[in-house]
Amino acid sequence: MAYGTFTEIFFYLFVVLIIFGALVAVTSPILMKAVMGLAMAMFGIAGLYLYLNSPFLALMQILIYVGAVCIMIVFGIMVGYTPKQLAEYAIGPKNTLLAIVTSLLTLGVLSFALVKTQWVPATGAGSGDYSLAHLGETLMTRYGLAFELISVILMIAMIGAVAITWNGKRRGIK
Amino acid sequence: MISYTLHTYLIIAVFLLAIGLYGIMQHRSMIGMLISIELILNGAGLNFMAFNRFLAPDPTTGQIFTLFIMGLAAAEAAIAVSLIFAVYRKYKTSDPEQISDLRG
Repeated sequence: MAYGTFTEIFFYLFVVLIIFGALVAVTSPILMKAVMGLAMAMFGIAGLYLYLNSPFLALMQILIYVGAVCIMIVFGIMVGYTPKQLAEYAIGPKNTLLAIVTSLLTLGVLSFALVKTQWVPATGAGSGDYSLAHLGETLMTRYGLAFELISVILMIAMIGAVAITWNGKRRGIK
Repeated sequence: MISYTLHTYLIIAVFLLAIGLYGIMQHRSMIGMLISIELILNGAGLNFMAFNRFLAPDPTTGQIFTLFIMGLAAAEAAIAVSLIFAVYRKYKTSDPEQISDLRG
């Protein structure tokens, strides 16, 4: 009983982390604070992955999103902007009303739809093998194409990122 | 037990989608828009994981899909940051409304 209560409390904590982090990420006019909010929301989502029975995905979430993507965006901010511009790029008053209406409409319509829908689980849902060994074996056999594709995409993205920012003598963007 | 129902996770994912849309429309810098796109991608991954946990017969499918989304998000962030560098170097601004001329 106490164990269940503790897990519930931690679940609420993760949800609060997600909501607060996402709000900071989209409303802060200072971009560095926005990235910190993004990292906070990612941590919360990693916690939810623990509740969804997959600690490996939670660790990958922290490693890839918090460790790689957020750091890359931080580098993007520090190299590309000066602090004065950071403060100047405040949120424009022009689009705010439109953005609020659109996002609230999306939230309302989709929440209504998913609450009204009767979700029917497949036979044997939630009782499969969640172990990391089974995941790795499936990744190597049945989903080998997805594995190869993501490897090629990551390599092309790395080469492309270097090629786009290349300030070489012969070609490229001046 | 709110942590054991499908609807909780789906509503959190919809919240992430909605707040990401808000951020894309209202932010005036391209890095801010990139942050909002990352939020939307995370909402998609959470959605897949929730359906995988509660509805799918094979629990590896959703996990692999979410790993795929993470890899794509990393590649997309790398490309986007380098594009922002290139645009900033050429136009000296990061306001997306200022970048409006094409050259053939």
